[in-house]
Amino acid sequence: MKTLVEFKRYLLRNKLSLVGFLLVNFILLVALFAPWIAPSPKEGRGVENIDHIGFGPGWHHWMGTDILGRDVLSRVIYGARPALLIAICVVLVAATVGTILGLVAGYMGGWIDEVIMRVCDLFLSFPPLLLALVAVSLLGPGLTHAALALVISWWPWYARLVRGQAQSLKSRAFVEVASAMGVGTFTIVRRHIFRNVTTPLIIQAAADLGTVILAAGSLAFIGLGAQPPQSDWGLMVADGRGLVFDQWWVATFPGLAIFITVLGFNLLGDGMRDFLDPRSQK
Amino acid sequence: MLKFVGKRLVSALFVLFGATIITFILSRVIPSDPALAFYGPKATLDQSARLRKEMGLDQSVVIQYFKYLKDMLTGNWGYSISTKQPVLHELMTKVPSTLEMIFVSIIFATLFGILLGIWAAKNAHKLVDGSVRVFSIAAVSLPTFWLGLLFQLFFVGRLHWFPATGEFDTELKFLNPIKHVTGFPIFDALITGNFHAVENGLWHMVLPALTLSLYSLGLISRMIRANLLEVLSQDYIRVARAYGIKERVVLFTLALRNALPPVTTVVGLSAAYLLTGTFFVEDVFNWPGIGKFATTALLNVDYPAIMGITLLGAMGYLTINLIVDIVQAKLDPRVRSE
Repeated sequence: MKTLVEFKRYLLRNKLSLVGFLLVNFILLVALFAPWIAPSPKEGRGVENIDHIGFGPGWHHWMGTDILGRDVLSRVIYGARPALLIAICVVLVAATVGTILGLVAGYMGGWIDEVIMRVCDLFLSFPPLLLALVAVSLLGPGLTHAALALVISWWPWYARLVRGQAQSLKSRAFVEVASAMGVGTFTIVRRHIFRNVTTPLIIQAAADLGTVILAAGSLAFIGLGAQPPQSDWGLMVADGRGLVFDQWWVATFPGLAIFITVLGFNLLGDGMRDFLDPRSQK
Repeated sequence: MLKFVGKRLVSALFVLFGATIITFILSRVIPSDPALAFYGPKATLDQSARLRKEMGLDQSVVIQYFKYLKDMLTGNWGYSISTKQPVLHELMTKVPSTLEMIFVSIIFATLFGILLGIWAAKNAHKLVDGSVRVFSIAAVSLPTFWLGLLFQLFFVGRLHWFPATGEFDTELKFLNPIKHVTGFPIFDALITGNFHAVENGLWHMVLPALTLSLYSLGLISRMIRANLLEVLSQDYIRVARAYGIKERVVLFTLALRNALPPVTTVVGLSAAYLLTGTFFVEDVFNWPGIGKFATTALLNVDYPAIMGITLLGAMGYLTINLIVDIVQAKLDPRVRSE
């Protein structure tokens, strides 16, 4: 693993990655300090304010107000919380499940490998996001169910990635020597296999964070993700879709927040891939 | 080649068979009573018991699965709860509109993706290249549904260039009705010489297709650039340049030919993305296709329709993968001998 100092040096040389890094940190801070930054924390949490319905962007409401008179800026600030939460949870859980199954399949081989990988194939035989959509529809809408549904459709990618790496590592000399010296299976997998798959895992996870935010936003947009009155970006865009010609700000700003956040994660993810795996740089 | 195609076809059928297991499991894990879904909350116990028997829900899971499989094969995909129409019929009438949009999007994304990629590779590490890179990352970061709304806001609300929603103007149905030949509306209009409808349809197609294609455009242009740069650094290109062959020939004939094959994978991948992308685009643009049908079905937990959409989605996805495999084998003999 390379050091943080080297990463800092890399960021300073690659402006796009630096932009991504700064964007992601900015969004993180906004999510963390939402109650202190938001002009109206109460409205940010979804409490309506019927005296302020339909105000355009101006001095008092930088991003205007929505159909229930809530300050859009406050809601956009609060919306960073579910977005980041779902991205981190989904990637973390999917990567953990996928890694464990991938390690077992890749290292054990034989029929265990066969069974795990065929189950993966089944999950991957549907277009991306379709299984998640179906799962959340059957589970019932909501943020937790959306997260669960996204995990269901995401873990096979990690399992496949880790299994491939584990399989090729298994036949490497250092693993065979360890095995010949009588080191236990669990220790080998943990110390010699897992440690060597962390780099591709981190690359994949960094790339997925943005994609998960997009997917969660899409679910919320069609009404299957976060539910009102929660301040969620996808949901807020859906709120504003009927008003797009009259009150453009209601849908525009939350969507912009999704775009900027995903862009930040993608730029950073790209940078991390180039940094951790210089061979991929073209 | 024939043997290769046959082998891939068989394995695709196996995967599809597996996909039916998933859809079957999904259709059985629904906690709610199917009678409740069909007759509404006021279903009597008698009605519920009769329906359960009728649907075979009182038999063992294995028997239920084989019955399900038989139903799928014989085209009995159940009835949609919200429209009370046979699911297969609903899907078949809606597939053509969606396919037309996907087709236009793919063509657009591939064409402009290749052009942008070449342009960036030609000016590697210059301003143009950097801008194309930023554009392609931005394109894959855009929420499709929001982009559609922005297009409506700008091109419809401000500029009045395009119609906001729908597949055709409503009055077209009366003034220039499209004769049903293949079911593909714009294609039918074209072959029956109904050019007014063709023009109207294409006009409605521009914004949704553009919205849908941007993600793929980003992916494809990046892939082309990376591949071309790799090919351009190879010895045979240097030799060609040393011989004084025109740069245009080097780039478009010698380099591009070897940079294109891997792109088929990306085009296939993005076609797969478009399959679910249409859900959101059709929702925003009120396009009467599978996507709109799907989002409605998903929201209403219309599970016979959802099962049908899932199976159809798997079929579409496997078909795309099959086509990619075959095209790649055709372009690259190494794949064939694997």
